[in-house]
Amino acid sequence: MIDRETFHAALEARHGAGRQSKFDAARVAVCGLGGLGSNVAIALARAGVGRLHLVDFDRVEASNLNRQQYAAAQVGLTKAEALKANIAAVNPYCEVVAEAVRVTPDNIEALLGGDDIVCEAFDRAEEKAMLVSGVLERLPGKAVVAASGMAGLESANSITTRRVSKRLYVCGDGTADVDDGKGLYGARVAVCAAHQATMILRLIAGEEEP
Amino acid sequence: MLKVNGEDADVAGQTVADYLSSAGFNPARVVVELNESIVPKARYAETVLRDGDRVEVVCFMGGG
Repeated sequence: MIDRETFHAALEARHGAGRQSKFDAARVAVCGLGGLGSNVAIALARAGVGRLHLVDFDRVEASNLNRQQYAAAQVGLTKAEALKANIAAVNPYCEVVAEAVRVTPDNIEALLGGDDIVCEAFDRAEEKAMLVSGVLERLPGKAVVAASGMAGLESANSITTRRVSKRLYVCGDGTADVDDGKGLYGARVAVCAAHQATMILRLIAGEEEP
Repeated sequence: MLKVNGEDADVAGQTVADYLSSAGFNPARVVVELNESIVPKARYAETVLRDGDRVEVVCFMGGG
């Protein structure tokens, strides 16, 4: 296997040593490991983010495979353990803490207090609002990069990153709801996930504007 | 007059809960920021909007 020094030198060659050292030191929580979160986590691991905190209580199902970063043979595993394995395959030097737990208003502080940035990647709108509110209310200073509106097969060009306030960014088209029967397509969900991952890397790099 | 999501809104004197209800938002699906600070959900009914306030309502869509 490629050794740590060679792996890190390759990241520095692509990203620059100064920026890579910021990625190395970063700690990012990804809450929800579905179509958004699994793609965000893989993108951050490939960029060499030093520590990823993966949180999802759910298990891999066949209906996830159209858009989520799991193999067919992983159906039945918890998403937390499956994604940890998949990240180890692309970046064996990323420190991954994977927890198969449900996020609630009561455990947000204890669960996410050690992370620098929180990625909201849930699927249900009520859970998204709960997590974003919880982080903004209870974890002063932490930024949240959330997603809203990536269902359906409308143009990928309608997906954007918006800075709502000092600590809140929202990626997506803002209007498409999966409850309207639009379906979820891997390509379009991945565009939204890539917006989130890009914003997270920009924040780590010290860039605060979308 | 105040601004909601960048648009003028004549809702001074209403509470956040009143405004969300009248505008058709489901409170369980939104995050509300008032002058760059989060409004805790438990305070929607007691937080009164005032002239000059800047309000951001993010209404989340499902899917992920």
